[in-house]
Amino acid sequence: MGNVVAAFAAAWIIHFVYLVTIARRETRLRQALESLRAQIQSHQ
Amino acid sequence: MATSVTAKTQVVAHVRDRRWVLPWAGVTLAFLLFALYEAFIGAPTESTMGVYQRIFYVHLPAALAGWTGFALNFVASVIYLLRKSRKVDALALAGAEVGLVFLSINLISGPIWAKPIWGIWWTWDARLTLTLVMWVMYVSYLILRQLTPTSDLQPRLAAAVAIFIFADVPIDYMAIRWWRTQHPQPVLFGGQNSGLDPAMKFAVLISWIAFTLLLIVLLRLRYEQELDRHAIEDARRQYLLIAS
Repeated sequence: MGNVVAAFAAAWIIHFVYLVTIARRETRLRQALESLRAQIQSHQ
Repeated sequence: MATSVTAKTQVVAHVRDRRWVLPWAGVTLAFLLFALYEAFIGAPTESTMGVYQRIFYVHLPAALAGWTGFALNFVASVIYLLRKSRKVDALALAGAEVGLVFLSINLISGPIWAKPIWGIWWTWDARLTLTLVMWVMYVSYLILRQLTPTSDLQPRLAAAVAIFIFADVPIDYMAIRWWRTQHPQPVLFGGQNSGLDPAMKFAVLISWIAFTLLLIVLLRLRYEQELDRHAIEDARRQYLLIAS
């Protein structure tokens, strides 16, 4: 049974790691947008 | 979210609303939990392989989801070469990346099943080798996209490579039908001597639906992120042009 649990756990862990990667990309996107906004506001 | 520079010229960039994720994630999670229940409790224990056969309920749907992602990458790449659309290129990238996540699950769960059943983790038979080659090729495709400079050439080069490497997918699918492999013969769409107990078939169906829903959610997330990234980069370039 250990192998069966390991296979399913691996699937959940890989998805979790990928979701974390997506969340980090999302944070970077929003930071890039905020940085652009700050640049534009300082220019005005 | 929009940002303006002057009354005359506007620099507009935004990150799309992602609130659609919540209901989709809820339904997907419900199906994933149901799939877990079916795999561990609902489906009967197979007579020769015992509990190890239950790995099949993650192994097969992962392969199907991976191949679906790569098929999307292939179709989007063909359309990109015809229409040069940034949206289609973003779809191609999302398909390859998400497909690779599912193929990784398939490649990891396979050896975990093989060790107690075959006594070995790995063998270089046609199916296993073609799957590993596929994994390496799509990793290379994503590295290529990262390394080549951002220009019109990058998505064109990526699209050409994507069309070439997709040839491995149908050959991998047919490998256990064309050649005698250590990998088991197909139990679904495998001809007269193949088949599954109805309860097992139901468990596979639920897992396949759950993985497909997850594939759709991840694809849309990555697709939108890629479009937003381009929009922010464009807005930055536009702003620098106006500011200088």
